[in-house]
Amino acid sequence: MTSLEFDSADLVDETRSSDRGLRATWETRPGLFGILSSVDHKEIGLRYIVTAFIFLALGGVEALVMRVQLAHSNLKVLSPQAYDQLFTLHGFTMIFLYAGPILSGFSNYLWPLLLGSRDMAFPRLNALSYWIFLVSGVFLYTSFPLGVAPNAGWFNYVPYASKDFNPGPNIDFYLLGLILLGISTTVGAINFVVTLMRTRAPGMSINRLPILVWGTLTASVANLIAVPSVSLACFLLWMDRHFGTHFFAVGEGGQPMLWQHLFWMFGHPWVYAVVLPALGIVSDGLPTFCRRPLVGYTAVALATVTTMIFGFGVWLHHMFATGLPSLSLAFFSAASMIIAIPSAVSVFAWIATIWTGRPVLTTAFLFFASFIFLFTIGGVSGVMTAAVPFDWQLTDTYFIVAHLHYVLIGINVFAVVGGMYYWFPKMTGRLMDEGLGRWNFWTMFVGFNLGFFPMHISGLMGMPRRVYTYPAGLGWDTLNLITTVGAFLFAVGIGIFLVNVLISRHRGKPAGANPWDAPTLEWSVPSPPPPYNFAVIPIVASRHPLWEERLDETSNRSSLHHGYLLDRGRETLATTVLDAEPDLILKMPGDSCSPFLVALALGVTFAGLLGRWWWLVGLGCATAALAMIIWSWPERVLAQTARASDG
Amino acid sequence: MTFMRTFGPAADPITSLGWGMTVICSAVVVVIGALLMGTMWGRASRFAGGDLSQLPIVRTEAGLKWIYVGVAVSTGILLGMITWTLITLDAVAGPSGTPAFTIEVRGHQWWWEARYIGQSSDRTFITANELHIPVGRSVHLELLSDDVIHSFWIPALAGKTDVIPGQTNVAWIEAARSGVYRGQCTEFCGEQHAQMAMYVIADPPAQFQSWWDAQLASAPQPNSDAVAHGQAIVMERCGACHSIRGTGAGGIFGPDLTHLMSRRTIAAGTLPNDGENLAHWISHTQAIKPGNRMPTIALPPDELVAVATYLQTLQ
Repeated sequence: MTSLEFDSADLVDETRSSDRGLRATWETRPGLFGILSSVDHKEIGLRYIVTAFIFLALGGVEALVMRVQLAHSNLKVLSPQAYDQLFTLHGFTMIFLYAGPILSGFSNYLWPLLLGSRDMAFPRLNALSYWIFLVSGVFLYTSFPLGVAPNAGWFNYVPYASKDFNPGPNIDFYLLGLILLGISTTVGAINFVVTLMRTRAPGMSINRLPILVWGTLTASVANLIAVPSVSLACFLLWMDRHFGTHFFAVGEGGQPMLWQHLFWMFGHPWVYAVVLPALGIVSDGLPTFCRRPLVGYTAVALATVTTMIFGFGVWLHHMFATGLPSLSLAFFSAASMIIAIPSAVSVFAWIATIWTGRPVLTTAFLFFASFIFLFTIGGVSGVMTAAVPFDWQLTDTYFIVAHLHYVLIGINVFAVVGGMYYWFPKMTGRLMDEGLGRWNFWTMFVGFNLGFFPMHISGLMGMPRRVYTYPAGLGWDTLNLITTVGAFLFAVGIGIFLVNVLISRHRGKPAGANPWDAPTLEWSVPSPPPPYNFAVIPIVASRHPLWEERLDETSNRSSLHHGYLLDRGRETLATTVLDAEPDLILKMPGDSCSPFLVALALGVTFAGLLGRWWWLVGLGCATAALAMIIWSWPERVLAQTARASDG
Repeated sequence: MTFMRTFGPAADPITSLGWGMTVICSAVVVVIGALLMGTMWGRASRFAGGDLSQLPIVRTEAGLKWIYVGVAVSTGILLGMITWTLITLDAVAGPSGTPAFTIEVRGHQWWWEARYIGQSSDRTFITANELHIPVGRSVHLELLSDDVIHSFWIPALAGKTDVIPGQTNVAWIEAARSGVYRGQCTEFCGEQHAQMAMYVIADPPAQFQSWWDAQLASAPQPNSDAVAHGQAIVMERCGACHSIRGTGAGGIFGPDLTHLMSRRTIAAGTLPNDGENLAHWISHTQAIKPGNRMPTIALPPDELVAVATYLQTLQ
């Protein structure tokens, strides 16, 4: 397919579209009903982002309390029980309630804008995904004030997590909370995959997708494969704990290692799922500040996919010390090192982009550039842990704590905060303060490295993880004190960021549609975008629709202000999978409370399961069923009426 | 506890690999850091809120070379490291000769039990939290657990091996020189995971042999009324959980106390082993190691003194 052909009669100039008309169709009603019923992907995306940041703050406070306890040997700030609950909650919060959802937030907000669509493929499923995420987070955190938060680590190994050794409800909160969250992740992932396949603007062929889209798509496909593994493991353990099954019960034919396999078959792909979209944020944001397109677009896109495929073949590297045969150790060791190659592709692509471009040192750029550096540190420490024999020394020491924080903070948080500086003007119409931004960046960067780099050394000095205290005289005191100081400095940096967000939201400099002179579709619409995103569905002719004139690489030009009107109700365009040719006009569902009700009912159901109050489970299920019937009740306005070519 | 300096053939090849990888990886970080700084040096323009659209958009084609060269070099380094890893894996797979003997190490919440397997059953004995091994001889370890997963780790002598209920994992250690090597549980196993340490003491073979012989003996009989009084209380209050060979105490839930005073520490490396700490541990066990399985034993002060006096005779 060399060029897309359009029936020019279908296309109109955007001056013919009526903002008032489209608004009336797409805008969420104000008030409580609007809040509960909105299916606007931008609204949902922002909610994801705000909620995830709240969880980041909670997890951060938990970490700071732990750092006080560990600032010196033999401190008694926390009891061991409290420490165990805190480190478990910290891990669960950061990995499940922050790192994944924050990226869902970005992608939810940005995807339709990047792809030239008016909404995600399944707007109500999108709302459901958010509400279940919120409900599962609240569900889990209910355990905290009750003093029964999960206490067996985010990895929740059996037999310690079995009823024999952990009889309280702590572990049940973990198991049921994770299953509930898994539903949210799954429906969200399905939505991303279908959105990618169906609702792109004409011409947004797969070789023109922004890398963020590649990242989230890859992560979503991975989640669909990985999440069932952990949901199943949680369900089996819950059965073991309450119904006398013995999937993991030693002595009754059960196998504790089964848990580890099921958990890490999920756990390792999940690590990539919470970094690949962040890599996408940098791959898309960085070039804007280098005044050139990304070097090696195809290589980076393929590296993203390759990483994920390898990511499914390395889970055993979390289990090198469990007594597995050397042949499998050798295989998984090699695979875990080879996975660094696609990462190297991305790193050199970014460096080449800066080198062959003209870098402009905005706060966002500083975050992106430092991200490359932190990614490298987290990457090479990962290669060190992939070497089986050396991993026998490194595993379960603070070296791993350092490594995983360089990965999760370096790659996720730094990219996300950079991404916020980059897209905040799009989301709010105002720029974040650059002066405060410098303070923000340097405090976070110095605090992070001061806090987490010494952990490598504590680890090499033999300090084990997950200890609530340690004896004096092993050379760990000074390093831990430095780490604690660094952690607080890092927290100050996050604080400055939040202050900057709050101040700039109302007092920031007005941004205009495209404050960074960026190349992609989201910058072609006003800031903040109208509820319908695009007055007319644009037609895309390159990867950089807004830079075409200046790059002048082909004679093709995207048509951004002249496209499909689609104003007979909530409509957006469906296009074909690979080449994005117009296919159908999709009738999109409007605001509805049913996703909220389904999520609430699921929360009630899971609360019932927690207490084994079967009447409550019944009530929850019945409500959910009712809400789903309301949800899927046929509506005349959603009936398919026309193919794209019929206008 | 550092493993960057080790003292035995099960660990030394790993240490070389560890140092090698640390140096290579540090070099990679320095190079990438320098490249990043270099890409910006003198070329970056500081953003002061200006209009970015004033800057031209240019695509130069030189960029791909970075990826080709960078990835080629990285791949070469990675392949080298994989090779070195596999060689090391082979080098530490097992001792060069037949191990001198086997110790069955059992992880408990939160202490270590060690059963030395002698050539005959009357040469077999049980001790806790402290392993003695002969210098220059490899020792085979069988790792067992009846409760939760632990991990056995003496960093100066070998990497970790998990101790998993329902399966017997094996490991080996050998010390090239005499010394005291600290180890610690490294798989989270509950409230007192942090205080589940152990020591390996490598002695010259002759000294080791006499230690083994001494461990086989039963506990000495009381040689005074005070000690006998203490023993009587121990039988009544401690014997259900602890064993003291040669007496009526035959419990299996806590560490064997037959030769308690031959060990340097109590409570799995938590306190130095002396009379004062023994008494303190008995009266304040839950304050020192909250959540541990030993209940606080409420003894009148005179009985506590008697108990400590008796325990100190268990040489």
